[in-house]
Amino acid sequence: MDTVFGVSYNGGVVLATDQVNARSILMYQQNLDKIAELSSHSAMGVSGPNSDLVNFSEYVSKNLQLYELSNDGMKLSTHAQANYCRGELAKALRKGPFQVNIILGGYDEKTPTGGSLYVMDYMGSCVKANYGAQGYASNFCLSIMDRDWDEGLTEDQAVKIVEKCIKELGMRFLINQSNFILKVVDKEGVRTVKCDADPADN
Amino acid sequence: MARRYDSSTTTFSPEGRLHQVEYAIEAINNAGTSVGILAKDGVVMCSEKKITSGLLAPSRTSEKTYKLCPHATCSVAGLTADANILIDQARLRAGRYAYQYQEPVPIENLVEHVCNYKQAYTQYGGLRPFGVAFLFAGYDEMHGFQLYQSDPSGNYSGWKATVIGANNQAGKSLLKTDYGTSKKVEEEGGDEMKTDDAPEVIEMPDLAEACRLAVKVLNKTMDGAVASPDKLELFTMSLDEDGNCVHKILTEEEAKAVIEEVDAETAAAGDT
Repeated sequence: MDTVFGVSYNGGVVLATDQVNARSILMYQQNLDKIAELSSHSAMGVSGPNSDLVNFSEYVSKNLQLYELSNDGMKLSTHAQANYCRGELAKALRKGPFQVNIILGGYDEKTPTGGSLYVMDYMGSCVKANYGAQGYASNFCLSIMDRDWDEGLTEDQAVKIVEKCIKELGMRFLINQSNFILKVVDKEGVRTVKCDADPADN
Repeated sequence: MARRYDSSTTTFSPEGRLHQVEYAIEAINNAGTSVGILAKDGVVMCSEKKITSGLLAPSRTSEKTYKLCPHATCSVAGLTADANILIDQARLRAGRYAYQYQEPVPIENLVEHVCNYKQAYTQYGGLRPFGVAFLFAGYDEMHGFQLYQSDPSGNYSGWKATVIGANNQAGKSLLKTDYGTSKKVEEEGGDEMKTDDAPEVIEMPDLAEACRLAVKVLNKTMDGAVASPDKLELFTMSLDEDGNCVHKILTEEEAKAVIEEVDAETAAAGDT
């Protein structure tokens, strides 16, 4: 039911998720932030039951923080962080799976375009991609991204693609998701570019 | 005097010492010498091969130098059987890290893991410490080439050049004078005696220079016994054009060439 997507561009990545928190026929909240910030230059959009969403994203971000503390401030690259996540999902699969599908995006100085995006699911599959979508949203949005994505996109262009996808969902997706949150990860770090409903607002 | 406090690793002496750990360190002073030198473009580790019997079958593997992963190698001084256990631990750690993060393990991370394993044997279990000292040579993206030394206590430190095993003090003192081109910055007073707080500039040697210095050190520690290719093992670590680590143990001819260069240098210096 959750919508999670990500688009990489020249200089970073943009991640977007809806803000709905619901179960069965009940709507708990419309201002949930589903994009967890993992480190100074990486974040992941998570879909799935709220319990696993929070549990998994906090588990990963705290372990990455512990790594930095134990290793003299050394940061793990996005590639390493993504593979760590994937490993944890794979380990848990045959014990007590985390029912989460994630899109992890990060910025590294050393990569050619700076931004890199990793699409993972609860079984522990992991693929590096230029763009991705999890959930029902993929049925509506992947074709838009297939058409519009190109190498050398700017941040504005990438955000425009995301907004196009959101508009499409608004028009054709059965479930009404009125609020979305968009975060960009680039050289400066992780920042929120658009937030329809403020998560801190109760 | 220390009799009552030295038989258990898990007991401090009244002076605050762990005698078992100290005795383990002593054991290594009887082992074959190993010298490690950090160069601008790599690391050199030169070890003395102790030939105990002419009847020994020629070994395909080294008893001193062991590869831990594509970007790290270690040199051993001490009980070989103890070393094998720790080398397995190091290899496992490097492999597991690479599996988990799909990236090569940072060298200090690897060294610290092995040392934490050693430390456990000084604090609990009632088992004796490992009678091994290591020289770790490695390369990682963050810090480039590095050289670490560790001992039975589980302590480790990074070095530009160091020696372990028999006669290591003699080796270390030679390194102190001969490592790097040291240029003392003189005060404006002119020719007066150089003060101790004048900053010393140490320039890292290149790999070839480091090899020669390593052989020179071994010549000193081997009690004047002339270094020859069958008595020593010269290992170098460097990067190839693609940025991959190259682990190389010099062949007999290559080692002989270095030894001859050193002999020529010493002869020339002796003539002046």
